[in-house]
Amino acid sequence: MSMTDVQPNSRLKSFLKDQLRNIAPVFTLLALVIFFAAASSSFFTVVNFMNILSQISITSIIAVGLTYVILTAEIDLSVAAIANAVGITIAYFTLQPDYVNIANLPLPGIIAIVLTLLTALCFGLITAFGVTWIGIPSFIMTLAIMQIANGVSALLVRGQIAYSYPDLITMLGSGSIFGIRWTIIVAILFLGIGHLVLTYTRFGRYIYMTGGNREAAEYSGVNVKFIIGSVMVISAMCSGIAGMLAVAYFGSAQQNQFDSYLLDAIAAVVVGGTSLFGGRGGIGNTIIGLLVLGVLNNGLDHIQIDSFLKILIRGLILLSALIINVYAQRLKESE
Amino acid sequence: MTAQSNSGGGLPPLLQLSNVSKSFGGIAALKEVDMTLQAGEIHGLVGENGAGKSTTMKIIAGVYHDYDGEMRIDGARVHFRSAREALAAGIGMVHQELSTVPDLTVAENVFLGHQPLTRMGTVDWARINKEATRLIASLGLDIDPKTRMGSLPVGLQQLVELSRVLFSGARIIILDEPTSALSPPEVKRLFDVLRKIKADGRGIIFISHFLDDVLEISDTVTVFRNGKKVVTEAAATLTKDAVISHMIGRGSIDMHMGESADLTGDDAKPVVLEAEAIGDGRQLRDVSLKLRAGEITGVYGFMGCGQIELARALFGKIRLKHGRFLLNGSQKSFKSTAAARGEGIAFVPENRRMMLFRTEPVYKNVSIAILDRIHRLLLMPKAERAIAGNRAKDLQIRPPNPNMMLGSLSGGNQQKVALAKWLTHLPKVLILSEPTRGMDVGAKEDVIRIVKDLRDRGVAILVLSTEPETILTLADRVSVLRKGMVAKEFNSGTIHKADLLAAA
Repeated sequence: MSMTDVQPNSRLKSFLKDQLRNIAPVFTLLALVIFFAAASSSFFTVVNFMNILSQISITSIIAVGLTYVILTAEIDLSVAAIANAVGITIAYFTLQPDYVNIANLPLPGIIAIVLTLLTALCFGLITAFGVTWIGIPSFIMTLAIMQIANGVSALLVRGQIAYSYPDLITMLGSGSIFGIRWTIIVAILFLGIGHLVLTYTRFGRYIYMTGGNREAAEYSGVNVKFIIGSVMVISAMCSGIAGMLAVAYFGSAQQNQFDSYLLDAIAAVVVGGTSLFGGRGGIGNTIIGLLVLGVLNNGLDHIQIDSFLKILIRGLILLSALIINVYAQRLKESE
Repeated sequence: MTAQSNSGGGLPPLLQLSNVSKSFGGIAALKEVDMTLQAGEIHGLVGENGAGKSTTMKIIAGVYHDYDGEMRIDGARVHFRSAREALAAGIGMVHQELSTVPDLTVAENVFLGHQPLTRMGTVDWARINKEATRLIASLGLDIDPKTRMGSLPVGLQQLVELSRVLFSGARIIILDEPTSALSPPEVKRLFDVLRKIKADGRGIIFISHFLDDVLEISDTVTVFRNGKKVVTEAAATLTKDAVISHMIGRGSIDMHMGESADLTGDDAKPVVLEAEAIGDGRQLRDVSLKLRAGEITGVYGFMGCGQIELARALFGKIRLKHGRFLLNGSQKSFKSTAAARGEGIAFVPENRRMMLFRTEPVYKNVSIAILDRIHRLLLMPKAERAIAGNRAKDLQIRPPNPNMMLGSLSGGNQQKVALAKWLTHLPKVLILSEPTRGMDVGAKEDVIRIVKDLRDRGVAILVLSTEPETILTLADRVSVLRKGMVAKEFNSGTIHKADLLAAA
């Protein structure tokens, strides 16, 4: 019965070790805010803060689903492509102006929305089937789905650009209420529900346990395949809804308009401190990660900086977050 | 030491160990072992798990180098610092777990790690295929060197691995449990090959639990017990019973718990789970078993006898190729572990890492298997902590703090947590694989008490182990597995360790 004596000092140390992955991103965020506030007078304002929130709102919705996936130690590379395909699908089911030359299938708004959601569901179910039933690694499976979704996008618009969506989508994507953009409210809703489900439901616990030790979860009688299949479906649904709102947010639906969202969403989740090895992290981490990315992207626009350098800086920030992620994991395991 | 020339006028022995001892952290694993291997000899090595066979072999193969005593090869003293040095000195080992690469060809496997190169620095394929063909043919085998390794039966794969060891120039060849996965004709073929190798003047150390095999192929047999060499004798003068009594030291004064048991199998008790002629097409060939309420069924067998697969098949982790399960008389097939759990089957695997979450607190480890019983939709960590606290009290988990990280508990306590998962809502069937392996005496006794208590509360329990003591301590009836099949069943009367060893 060997029980190591825990001194207060080492307890603090182990707490810090434990929390490193949560603390580091907060410090990154604070440092960035302080830096940009000092470097630019236009950065630290309420208006700009709302700008940042609005800029990260679409990514946030995608990131909720992706957080679930990454917590189970899987990955979803198809999120941006699905968002794009689903965004185009909603336009495909809507009557377009005369000058848009697309062979589409106009339907009443609500039916269009339901059909479009079913499209997203289909993508998710196919991924889930491939990963759990056939046993294709999610990395490869979602790569294939990414390509398929891109293909769907291409076929539906054939190089054209669509502009009209059902009224509900237009309102949620580009409208505001009390001066707050609906996309921000939807994003907060998704993040909030995502957090509650992860923290307070059995399903959420199973996600963490599956990610923490899949074999152990299976030997405890958890239906691991169901959990992994579900998170793939959830991720596709989140991406799909983000895509629907985004085309209204952008004002147009076309091919390849989501290219930066895959990296942004993964970066947000990982920078926030959710472990790529699964089982650690959560929506709270993702929120910090989203803010870090949002502040970074927005702040770099407020200071005079070579826009090509911007890309490099984002890459470096992502790299350092990954290093912290792996390092925190190692500390944890060496305990 | 003055063991310069003890072999009269002849050549010095191929390998000689004198007075070799080895301890791990103050605990002696090997005590003053002497052993001699002559050129052209097959030397059988037997003993129970933990008797010191593997430790001795690891010393010979250069894996352990901080030992006392001396080792000589061809009369010259050697002390290997690494496995590489041992390999260079002509010592080759074929492990029980094959280390071949299934996706490479036979020839590539033979030359794995030392491919001959052309002058250009590229791999010399022509030579690889030619040499491999020659090597394999010299063993009397007819295998196309371009065949994919994985497409060969296990017995042939093992022979290919053996030819790799031969190719590397080994003169002293250590075979660890070479026959455990082989069918009788494959064993015969292996023995033919071994006799050829022996005729070349190489020496073979043949480690096995299968005493019939050892006695058949060996010239000399050495028996280990508790880290000591007990006896070395010519195989021709030994019988299986004599070897067994040397192995377990029958008649010696150090008799202890688990040497024998009085079985109390009662056919009147209701059968809860019945397996009918199940097999997975691999290790598990054909097993029928009845688990009865309020009874502990023990399954004994050597490593690789199919018990690992049997446990997993019962818990829905691996699919059956044939056979069926009857749960309380009605046929069931478990498509997943979740389905098996839903039917009231619980499983604690042999390796606790497989079912515990080291970086999560104890209470989450305990509650994971019963979350659907304590919560409808929302989690109630308070209830979970209370349940975990109760289990910690029942099972005397130290410290009894449900918020502790699991990883900071001692091994025995972790094992108890693994058991605690299944005890809040009693399962119908509890499957325990190696329930007491690697535990200290106190924890072992706790676990034995808990398991017997569960039996008395009506749970049908299956205990699988490679240690006869575990089986004899716990079981009410015993099935002995051998190469994926039930070799013998003991239902009542007194049985001894020797009976189990003889049946396996």
